[in-house]
This record gives sequence, C-alpha cells and structure tokens, in this order.
Amino acid sequence: MTGMFAHDALLVSLFAVLFGAVIGTLGIRGHRQDWVQLAFGSVYANFVLVTIATLAMIYALVTHDYSVSYVAQVGSNETPLFYTVISLWGALEGSILFWAWVLGAYSTAVIWINRKRAGNLVPWAAVTLLVVALFFAILLVWPANPFHSVFPVPSDGPGPNPLLQNHILMAVHPPLLYLGYVGMSVPFAFAAGAMFSGEVASDDWIRISRTWTMIAWGFLSAAIIAGMWWSYEVLGWGGYWAWDPVENASFLPWLTATAYLHSVMVQERRGMLKLWNLNLMVGTFVLTILGTFLTRSGILSSVHAFTTGTIGYYFLTFIGIVLVWALAMVGGVSDKLKTRGHLESVTSRETVFLFNNLFLTAFMFTVLVGTLFPLVAEALRGVKVTVGQPFFDKMTLPLISALIFLVGVGPALPWGSASRDVLKRKLLPPIAGAVVMGAIGLAVGARNPYAVLIFAFVGYSAFANLREYWIGMKARHAAHGENWGLALTRLVGGNRRRYGGYVAHLGVLLVALGIAASQSFRREREATLEPGQSITVSGHTARLKEVWGRQEPQRAVIGATMEVVENGKVVATADPRMNFYPTQSAPVPTPQVISSISGDLYFNLMAFDQNGSHATVKLIVQPLVPWIWFGGGVVVLGAIIGVFPKRKRRTVPATARQPVPAVPLPLPTTGGGEA
Amino acid sequence: MRRRSRWAIAAPLVLLSLAAMPLRAQGSPPQTADTAGMSIHSATLSDSALDAETRGVASQLRCPICQGESLQDSPSELAGEMRNLVKTQLAQGKTPAEVKAYFVSKYGEWILLDPRAHGFNLVLYAAPYVLLVIGLGVIYVAVKRWSANGPAPEESQQEQH
Amino acid sequence: MNWKRSIIAALFAVPLILLFAYGFTKDPNNIPSPLPGRMAPDFRLPVFASGEPPTTLPVGDTVHLASLRGQVVVLNFWASWCLSCRDEHRELSAFARRYAGKPVRFLGVLYNDFPAPAINWIQEMGGQQYPSVNDATAHTSIDYGLYGVPETYFIDGNGRVAYKQTGPVTDSILTAKVDSLIAALPAAAKSGAAADSALPALTPARTSPKGAP
Repeated sequence: MTGMFAHDALLVSLFAVLFGAVIGTLGIRGHRQDWVQLAFGSVYANFVLVTIATLAMIYALVTHDYSVSYVAQVGSNETPLFYTVISLWGALEGSILFWAWVLGAYSTAVIWINRKRAGNLVPWAAVTLLVVALFFAILLVWPANPFHSVFPVPSDGPGPNPLLQNHILMAVHPPLLYLGYVGMSVPFAFAAGAMFSGEVASDDWIRISRTWTMIAWGFLSAAIIAGMWWSYEVLGWGGYWAWDPVENASFLPWLTATAYLHSVMVQERRGMLKLWNLNLMVGTFVLTILGTFLTRSGILSSVHAFTTGTIGYYFLTFIGIVLVWALAMVGGVSDKLKTRGHLESVTSRETVFLFNNLFLTAFMFTVLVGTLFPLVAEALRGVKVTVGQPFFDKMTLPLISALIFLVGVGPALPWGSASRDVLKRKLLPPIAGAVVMGAIGLAVGARNPYAVLIFAFVGYSAFANLREYWIGMKARHAAHGENWGLALTRLVGGNRRRYGGYVAHLGVLLVALGIAASQSFRREREATLEPGQSITVSGHTARLKEVWGRQEPQRAVIGATMEVVENGKVVATADPRMNFYPTQSAPVPTPQVISSISGDLYFNLMAFDQNGSHATVKLIVQPLVPWIWFGGGVVVLGAIIGVFPKRKRRTVPATARQPVPAVPLPLPTTGGGEA
Repeated sequence: MRRRSRWAIAAPLVLLSLAAMPLRAQGSPPQTADTAGMSIHSATLSDSALDAETRGVASQLRCPICQGESLQDSPSELAGEMRNLVKTQLAQGKTPAEVKAYFVSKYGEWILLDPRAHGFNLVLYAAPYVLLVIGLGVIYVAVKRWSANGPAPEESQQEQH
Repeated sequence: MNWKRSIIAALFAVPLILLFAYGFTKDPNNIPSPLPGRMAPDFRLPVFASGEPPTTLPVGDTVHLASLRGQVVVLNFWASWCLSCRDEHRELSAFARRYAGKPVRFLGVLYNDFPAPAINWIQEMGGQQYPSVNDATAHTSIDYGLYGVPETYFIDGNGRVAYKQTGPVTDSILTAKVDSLIAALPAAAKSGAAADSALPALTPARTSPKGAP
C-alpha cells in the first residue's frame, strides 16, 4: 500500500521535473515569465513529492512493511529502531531516494531565496537543477525503485549491512556526504545559468555560487572527517584513510572546491582567473557525479561499493551527458572570459593562490589518475593492477607538505605587492614556529623527512595564522580600547570570510598534525593472552580480564575485557568485540578506542578460544588521533563563520528587490541567452 | 559464502561454553605487564628487525579477499596466514623483493599495492609530475606577462582585506 | 556560444566515456589467476579424512603431489564453514565416484579449518568419495593463489595447472575439464591406471611419522 502510493509520488515527481525543465526552457526562450514561474513551482513540487516518498519509506521501515522491496532488503524485526531509520541510506535504492531528497531541498532553498532576482540566471539555474533531478527521478522510478511490491510478503528481513549498523557515525557520515556532494550541484547550476544567460563574464553570480560552494564544502569537509572516523572506529585496522576508490571519490571534489574557494578571491578582487574558476566549479560538480558513478556503478571494487544491477548503465549515460554538456559549455564561453591579467608584484597573495591552485589541482589529478589507473591498465594492457596506499602516500606527501607551507605564506602576504621589508616582517617570525615544531617532532622520534617537514610546516603556518589574529586584535585593542574578547569577536565579525578562512586553516593544520603524528608514531602488537596476562605497547599496558559472550536480539557478541593498567592500578577498560550476525558468515570486528588528548589506545579482538581460555588481541597505540576529529570540527567552524554574510557590507542588487516585472526583461546584450 | 570465517558456526558454541565458563581472571596469578607480554611474544618479537621488515613487505601487498586493504592492516585470517608466510620467507633469507615476486607469481601483479615502476605503469608515476611541470610553466608565463601589464582600467576593488 | 570550441572541448569527454564503457564489460572482482599453464605447486600434506572405497587413503598418511604425476589431479579447496562448498559437494563427490576407475585423482584440501569440524561436516553432508588433506599453515593454499573457498584446480598428467575454477564446480565443468585432460594423457597412462586398482597410485611413500601403526 505504502509502496504503491510512494512510487506514484515519485512518478508524479518525474513528470513534474520533466515539465518544469521544458516549460522553464520555453519560458526563458519565449520571454514568458509565467512559464518560468511554473518551472520554479515544479522545483518546489518535486521537493514536496520526494519528501512524501522519503517519509513513506521511513514509515515502511519503521513499521517493518516487508511488502516494500527496500524494506525486505534491509529491514529486520530485530534491528533497533535507530538503525532501522538510518538504513534509509544503507543500500543503493534508499540512498538514491535520500540523494534526490537532498537535491530537492537544496534546489528549493536556492531557488526560493533567489526567485526575485532579475535576469535569466536563476531560471536557467532552476532548469539545470531540474535536469539533474530528472536523472534521479528516472533512477527512482525504474532501475532503483525502492518501492517494488514483494509478494508473498516475507515475515522478516536480513537487516542492514552489519558494518552499517555497528556504529552511530553511520547516522552522520552519509547525510553529510550527500549534503556536500549534492550541494555542489547548486554552484554548478548557477555556473550553467550564467553561461546560458550570458552573465558569465559578470562577477555578480559568482557571489551566489561562492556562498553555496562554501556551504557544500563545509558539509563535505565534515563528511570526509566523519567517514575517516567511522572507518577508524568500525573497520578494525586502526587506520582512517586507505585511499579506497570511494574515499578518493569524496576527496576529489573537496580538493577542487578548496582550490575554487581560494582562487575565486582573485577573481573578486582582480577580475582575473574567470575561466579557471569556471573550470574548477564545473569540474567539482563533474567529480561529484564521477564519484557517485564510480561508487554506485560497481565499476571499481571497493569496500564501500553497493552491489548493483543495470543502474550502472544509467549512470554511464548520465555521466556521459554531464561530461559532454560541461565541457561543451565551458569551451563555448571560454573566449568571453579572456581577462587582461595584471600583477603588481610576484611576491603577493595572488601568486600564492596560483601555487595553491596548482598544488591542489595536481593533488586532485594524482588521486584521480591513481583511482582510474587500474581501469586504464586493464583496458590498454589487459592486466589487473592495484594502486594502493603506498603509491598515494609517496606521490601526495610532497604536495601535502607544500600546501601546508602555503597555508602559512598565503595569509602573511598582502594583496598587490609586498616590499622586501614587509616580506621580512611577515615571513620570518613564523620560522620560530617551524623550528619549535620541527624540534618537537625530532625529539619525540620522527625520522621520516616528510614527517619532520610536515611538523615544521604546521608550526610555521599555525604561527602565521594565529599571528594574523593577534595583529588584528592588537590593533583593535589599541585603537578602540576593546578588551581582547570583544576585539576578537569584532575582528571576526568584521570580515567573517577572511577570519573564517583562518579558522579553517587552523583546523586543517590540526588535522595534518594528527595524521603526521599518528602515522609516524603508530606502534602495534598482537598477542594471544590468557586472562590475567597483559600486553605492552609503547609503555601502555593492558591486561585481559575476561572473555565473555552474550546474545542480543539481532546478533551474538563475543568480547574481551581489557584493563589498562598504570602503576599497578586499573585506569580504564575497553571491550573490543566481535559481532556475529546471522546473515553474515564472517564476524564484524568492533574495536574499542580509549582516547585522550595525547592519543588513542586502539583495541581489536582478533580471535578467541571457544572455551574462553584465551583471546588474541591487537593493541595499537597512536598519538594525536583525536586531534584529527577535533581539527575537522575546527574546519567546519571556519566554514560556518565564513558562510554568514557580513551584515554591514551586504549589498543586494537594486533590481533584486523590485517586484518581478510582468513583461519579461530584455535579454542581456551579451546575448548568451540565445545560445 | 566465499568468505573468511569459521566463526559463524563457532559462535553459538562459544556462547554456550562461555555461559558455563568460570571467570578465570581471578584464578590466574598476577603477572607484571612485561613478563606476560614477553612470554607470549618471546618467539615472535625476539627479532624486531625481522618484524619491521615483515611489516614493510606486508604493507605493500594487498590482502586478496579484502578490498584495498594491505596484508598488514587486514584482520582477516588469510591475511594473517600470508603475513606468517612473508615472515617465514624473510627468515629463510629471501629478500623483500623475492618475497614480493613470490606473491606476484601466485596472485598476479594485482597483489602489489604499489605498482611496479616500469613499462606502462610509468605513465601512472609520471602523469602527476608532467601536470605539475606544465602548471609551473603556465604560472611562470602568466606571472611574467601579468607583471608586465599595467593595471587594468576597470580593475575591481570591491573588497579590502 | 562559440560552437567550434564547444565541440572541441566536448571531444575530451570521449576517451573518459569509452574508458567507463569498457569498465562495464569487466568485473572488478574477477582477478585472473596466473597459475594455469604453470607447474602445480608441490605439497606434502597429511590426510585427515580417508574418503570412501575404492579411493580411500589412511588417515595420517602424507600425500605428495609429485607422486601423482601421470594422472589427472583435481584439487578441491574447501572448509566446513564455507557455505558455497555445500552447494558443490554432492556433485563433486558423485562425479569422483563415477570416475573412480579412471586415471584421475580427486583430493580435498582443507583450508583454514580444523579436522574435527571438517569430519563432522563430511558426515553431515552424507560422506565424501575422495580423501581430504589438511593445509594447517595455509602455505599450500597461498602457493595456489587461493582467494577463498571453494576453489578447484585441474592438474594435467604432466603436473601443470590446466584450469582453475573459482567458486563452486558443477558436473558439467568437471566433465568437460576432466574428460579433456584424460584424453590428453599418453595411452599407457590411460590403460595402466584403469587396469590397476586406484589405491597404489594414490598411496605414496609413507613419510608421515604417524603413518606407522
């Protein structure tokens, strides 16, 4: 019942977006403002319809309505309510439904906010978003329909993938990822809108697209960190990043979006790099679709890939259309975006941004090539190869080091030009930070040159970014007599984007420090222990107290209680477990982490004896891992600060607040609207 | 299922036996951390150089049944057995390269996480550097040209920093 | 729009799309084994399940693969915890019974398991025609480039791996592979093995200390 009804809602939404895209295009071409309004209306209607379908799915999941195919696939009577609800995105069909919902929400928000803006930018953006929505609607109505009716109705289901119901972060990571991924459709839609409407050479639309890129970027940053955290807490090998194709897929658009958020400043300030920025924005969107394609089509094998059927061909068609569309569009307007560049000096922030963009692009390219290379090698050589962690580590470490260094140089250098004197004053003091951090790194035993370099560069850049705060606060303190707290608040409030950026920088440095330290100083040992025996790694001792088992409704659990012993006293306990799900032939390891500010003790139960007389436990000691999660939070905080508009300087184009004229506006003289 | 474990069948047995199991922890004599750790590991940890070398080789080989994880990282049983074999072969005096060659002869080039830098694979290693060099060239030319240009007449100055 | 540039730019998409289209024709999880065509890795492993007459081997004996040279050998890697092994077992065992008089030897190799549950499993499955050996260290399994169980290797009379089956074998695969390998054996081997009882050929020198009563 629910299934039929929800599928009808999706079918109607398919027609709504199709109708909206067509009527919108006709309306823009035929100067029919009322038709354009209908297109906006279909954006909202689509959101309402997909929301209904999504709620219906949640209802079906919660009520264990196994007549709905998706529920029969991921539901089970024993699964706790919380995991039942989040299994909405636990498998392919549900995740596409959720994706469509997020797209609908974004589209509705951005079109509603900008609905009164004059010109054809917003209508074209709406049409673009509708076309993207059309693809997902097609998927949902046909190949990925989650609402097939199942007959006879089973009385129970297999339950969600155990890996996905083993940790609370599964409730956080996928929605964040979708918010980040799908969010990149908005700037793309505005880029497309700008190209179609002929406004592409103006800078006005850049503001909208930049804001939405920053929102999506914040979500994507949070998603990547949450994904790392989830892998760390769930997969049991004590790492957080394995350069798996799916991880890479989430990272690629992050790199280009990061490059864009920097280089767009050069465009806003200097009117330069317009074509490059357009490329970055379109590229970011293409990479999100590519990422979805790689992870949902089953073309590359990955831990996280869903099993798929014919849906891959739909994705192939869609990515083909998107690629051709994007490239043709950018190619077509490229000669309009020729700008006359001007630099006062080579030693300026502009130049640093050029290098920042080069390194980020090279980083993206390296990861992309590494991810796709197995496919290329098989196509051209007929040999299966693997491109794994050692390759990515080796190739990206120099770029990462350089980027961390630039995080310090960029904010220190002024726009325009810097005299020798300014350069000395700005670039030399942070060396103190580099020396201190480098020395600390060496003192605690870092020997890998890149590790030492990254420690030093983190010190340099942290010094430089904090110093910018310090200089600003000191100036306010001196000029206005404000106390330090007020000075800080006003400083950040006065230029949120700039100081939000510096906050994000500090977050990135914390993440870098956490990764460098945990990679350099990771120590691990695996031992088979009898109760009472203990294992020692890097001065941390843990004793096996007991091996225990218990039956839970949806699974059986075997655990080993480990006591962390310091000076003969038990200071903490951990219960690494193995969870046995009836549908899985292999147990799902459930490691336990004891965190402190200085680092983690990571316990994983590797094996146990059936009579409980011994257990094999792996203990991994990794310093500073929690700094990665904390740093991720700081990055997101920076994005939040940066997204809020500056109240004082907020200027809205005069036309935007005027009522929409009933008679369509003439097309801009640049005439791109006819293209 | 072609998956690692015998655990699925073991689980119910384990639960049964654990239910009846007395807590052994109290009965065991207290042991200091180091002696307990070392007594168990005396055989395997005596040669830390061998262990380090084993880790080095194992982290460059892919666990065949896991996806993208190295032998070193994978908790699967096959990976554990393969780690043991790596160690055995190293202890017999094989070089890391010979051990890797052994695994390639059994599982194909696919098992190397770090593709061999020869032949077509060089494209993989060279491509990022080629892009980097081209990019540096572009920046060099652009910066040179832009520095020579005078200020553009309509240069925007919308935002002070 | 500048259509010329537009089209040129769009052409850059073509190789990528072709690459992805190619990717669809391939299964990323299907990794070809380098073993077929090469000499089968030799092993000496102890028998833990004797099989059924006329192809029994005493428990505790050591099987040396090289001593089976001259006949076709079918090695089936299995484990009691493996679900797909249940699917293939009946057909495999029946096939081995049917071919008992022919110059082909079937051997189960237990992977990552213990003899006790494995013997229970054989009983539960209604017996196993051919004997099984235990690969306790998994070294032999790794020597064969094993990914998981079941996997079945067909070894020709010269000791070369002719074919590897990943996943359950079926009667039709067994028939096709075994018949063609037997046909390729020299005439002497074919008649010799058929005339003899199966036992002498399968029972190699007793190298195991447990072999002596």
